[in-house]
Amino acid sequence: MSVISERVACLRRQSLDARPAISPERARLVTAFYRDHAPAEPPPLQRAHALAHLLERQTIWLGPGELIVGEKGPAPKATPTYPELCCHSLADLDLLDGREKIPFAVSAETRAVYEREIIPFWRGRSIREALFAAMTAEWQAAYDAGVFTEFMEQRAPGHTVLDDKIYRRGLRDFQAEIEAARAGLAAAEGPDAAARRTELEAMRISADALVRFAERHAARARELAARERDPLRRGELARIAEVCARVPAHAPRDFWEAIQAYWFTHLGVTIELNTWDAFSPGRLDQHLRPFYEAGLADGSLTRERAAELLQCLWIKFNNQPAPPKVGVTAAESGTYTDFAQVNLGGVRPDGGDGVSELTFLLLDVVEDMRLLQPSASIQVSERSPDAFLDRAARIIATGFGQPSVFNHDLIVRELVRQGKTLADARCGGSSGCVEVGAFGKENYNLTGYFNLPKVLELALHDGVDPRTGRRIGPATGDPRGWAGFDDLFAAFEAQVRHLVAVKARGNDAIERLFAERMPAPFLSLLIDDCVARGRDYHDGGARYNTTYIQGVGLGTVTDALSAVRRHVFEDRSVSMEELLAALDADFAGRERLRQLLLNRTPRYGNDDDAADQVMVRVFEAYFAAVDGRPSTKGGTYHINLLPTTVHVYFGAVLGATPDGRRAGTPVSEGVSPVQGADRHGPTAVLRSVAKMDQVRTGGTLLNQKFTPALLADETGRRGLRALVRTYFRLGGHHVQFNVVDADTLRAAQAHPEEHRALIVRVAGYSDYFCDLGRALQDEIIARTEHAAV
Amino acid sequence: MAGGPSGGRLSSGTVFDIRRYAIHDGPGIRTTVFFKGCALSCWWCHNPESQAPGPETIVHEARCIRCGACVEACPNGAVTWVDGAPVTDRAACRACGTCVPLCWAEAREVAGRTMTVAEVLAAVERDRAFYEQSGGGVTLSGGEPMRQPRFAAALLAAMHGRGLHTALDTCGHASWEAFERLRRDVDLFLYDVKLVDPAAHRRFTGVGNARILANLRRLSDAGHRIVLRMPVVPGITDGEENLTAVRALAASLPRLERLDLLAYHTIGMHKYERLDRSYRLRHTAAPDPGQIDAIASFFAAGGVTAGAA
Repeated sequence: MSVISERVACLRRQSLDARPAISPERARLVTAFYRDHAPAEPPPLQRAHALAHLLERQTIWLGPGELIVGEKGPAPKATPTYPELCCHSLADLDLLDGREKIPFAVSAETRAVYEREIIPFWRGRSIREALFAAMTAEWQAAYDAGVFTEFMEQRAPGHTVLDDKIYRRGLRDFQAEIEAARAGLAAAEGPDAAARRTELEAMRISADALVRFAERHAARARELAARERDPLRRGELARIAEVCARVPAHAPRDFWEAIQAYWFTHLGVTIELNTWDAFSPGRLDQHLRPFYEAGLADGSLTRERAAELLQCLWIKFNNQPAPPKVGVTAAESGTYTDFAQVNLGGVRPDGGDGVSELTFLLLDVVEDMRLLQPSASIQVSERSPDAFLDRAARIIATGFGQPSVFNHDLIVRELVRQGKTLADARCGGSSGCVEVGAFGKENYNLTGYFNLPKVLELALHDGVDPRTGRRIGPATGDPRGWAGFDDLFAAFEAQVRHLVAVKARGNDAIERLFAERMPAPFLSLLIDDCVARGRDYHDGGARYNTTYIQGVGLGTVTDALSAVRRHVFEDRSVSMEELLAALDADFAGRERLRQLLLNRTPRYGNDDDAADQVMVRVFEAYFAAVDGRPSTKGGTYHINLLPTTVHVYFGAVLGATPDGRRAGTPVSEGVSPVQGADRHGPTAVLRSVAKMDQVRTGGTLLNQKFTPALLADETGRRGLRALVRTYFRLGGHHVQFNVVDADTLRAAQAHPEEHRALIVRVAGYSDYFCDLGRALQDEIIARTEHAAV
Repeated sequence: MAGGPSGGRLSSGTVFDIRRYAIHDGPGIRTTVFFKGCALSCWWCHNPESQAPGPETIVHEARCIRCGACVEACPNGAVTWVDGAPVTDRAACRACGTCVPLCWAEAREVAGRTMTVAEVLAAVERDRAFYEQSGGGVTLSGGEPMRQPRFAAALLAAMHGRGLHTALDTCGHASWEAFERLRRDVDLFLYDVKLVDPAAHRRFTGVGNARILANLRRLSDAGHRIVLRMPVVPGITDGEENLTAVRALAASLPRLERLDLLAYHTIGMHKYERLDRSYRLRHTAAPDPGQIDAIASFFAAGGVTAGAA
């Protein structure tokens, strides 16, 4: 723990107290721009000019006491919208304003602006409308049934992480590279040279736009400095002006400039488009280390000042709620968190241990700030010292779900398996919740969650959704005619294959939509090799292009399959007829049967090979359906397994399942066992999960819940360290810990006003418990709690 | 249960639980094998289902869905309907276990099942990777492992043969011959010391302590690694006289590693209800952490390393 300055305490308090509200400023500016300029230019130039229009005009916020400056909206938590992607209706605005969880205040004025200017202009023009119009009836039916979700229906492709390039070069240097690429194009004129030239010009314009935005901050700081009476603050404002005049146009020279360079870059990306999972600094300890060490060496920086600047950056992240979501997107990701993730530790590009003094300082910041954003993860390698894990374990024990814990050695192997070079893989890490990427060089886009238990329900009903009677999947036969488990599994597999293909065909159209209509020239500037190729980030410009479909409900589908196998096909204690009737009746009058299914089934998470083999079969079936499929960006599909909050929505659209789960209740999350099904402690859970060949994923998410007593002392922390190290030795990707007991959570449900500060781990992120929907709260309470033996 | 030829090893015994991720029963991550049966009946025992040597029926009322499968199944007529719920007559129940597989709600279980050495080994082998990472292993506890000394000896030898670290959690109430048979396969003794005064020991545990203290001395003299474990039960073991005597005893053991203070807790209280037994410390509260620290300081002043376990 370090001492928090009065300045930081004040800024932090302001950030926590500010209420998220919709700001119409961006919507107005972008609408005015399109009204006056469209459609005269090709889309890349149009987007670059739109960004320049925004950054030239949007309100500059420079608050009292701030050292790191810049906001996405006109003030902290004044949240911009992106009508060109998703234009909220008045009904949407009323919902956002009035809903109990994750509300955004909408003033009468904002509502009027929307009614008068925004909605009339964008009706029929937004990407969201174009996207749904481009989908087939088959896609729409599966989407409506809750078989999968669609990440791009309200937001742009994201999950993007920066490497170290902005710390070594300024945007003026990037523009020099653009000139070089243009010269190369002139030399070798090809069929798409004109398009490339346009794209490069768009990148050049967008770089100017961000430099201009920084200059406006410098001017504002000078203006404030001239009026400032306190000499200390006057000096700070003068320094802010100097920093903003330097970065991001030129490479940062010191620690302060490096942090500010990142923050301007972050704002540029997230103002350009509302990218899914924001934008992340990635391996922050490694990127800032040279500046930190040089500053300490020449006396221009102290440890305390470094901590304070980092704390100011943390507050900046926390000031930015995720863009407001409605509909299915709100259901699958109901949180203010925008999933920026700071990676700590791991290995260096040369394979050496990446943990440094700055890593520990950053962990202090994580603990002291105790903010939801940015999320922090530790990247554990075999080379990582125990002291690193121990420091993290002490923070985990304080019970706010951070930092999450990743196996960096496995991440490198996952990336190499996907075709990255070893050097690029070592510069990678995790982002969003648990997703891996080659930072600064990859467009890895999550496209939607896939409801595995729902697909089993379809298989058990010959492809028809029992909730609606609509046909969703292919006819795979009447279950009453199946001779054995293999028949059931073949039907399930056929449904998975078919519905993944439906989803992927939808993705093809959506990828083209973004490539053609919504390029992102500023983001393209930052990701190799968009400049060299003269191609947009959304159009295959990145060195690596990966498309993910995220499997959800692995525990539920495994237990459900295991139950049918055990009771219908092996013991023959229940007929298929009887089981289906019980499911359709949601076990009404069949409680004894439900108990049999719940308690006498080999269940995933208990190190029981009978169940775990079913899990492996499900994994292989899903992997085979997705992995290796080509995308329209010249890239490849892979799988990962994580839920955010979608396991609640996916459960809500699902009837009773053969594992004894009642209709409408949440399915399991991530790769975790069904809530309460694991009964043999954390080692059994870890061994079960590790039977999955996780190296062939792009990330798996495992939640563990410990009582505070289990981590209260050195013995407990040592145990945790050994659990993590062993799980990683066995090939685990990620694990995160909720350290809270169920009694506390129940008390918070009963008296939310007394527990507003209670933070829990949800999926790959933490959230205020009282901000979660009731079903999600109940689901977290139901997760198995490992207590001291 | 501990029958068989004198001096031999028994290939099966009665176990009532196997718990993984035990981190307070010796070094590292461990699996603890709980033996059924104990000669003592300590007032504060939090595993009452472990005391009787044979199987016992446990009923979890809250899980019962009143399906009546147990009433129909019981061959002894021990389960009958009373006010709409199945009620078990302990006198008639022979803990035969017939009802257990039919109780799908898992409201009924029989504590204690016969396991072979091979079965226990297969169970404990599952977490080998965790033991190796953490310097952990397997702990035999109970109940009282020394009530089944031949089974314990066979298990310990087999585990040692596989390179697993072993700990034996014992009250010490057994013949020296029994210890002699297995002590070489024990890497660490977790040895209970409750009350030094023989009369008090007899009152609160049901047996005297002469043999217990003699075995402790002999194990120490034989060079074994020993951790003493003392339950801190308010009003019973935490008197100054007892603490002074325990401290003197601990200080006289040259190879003592440390003394663990186990704070009394009431978590086991509900188990008595499930067994339809009365609990004698109903009104005793758990000691606060400050008291445990004070006792640790008291031991430290006498040269004995002690702390909360």
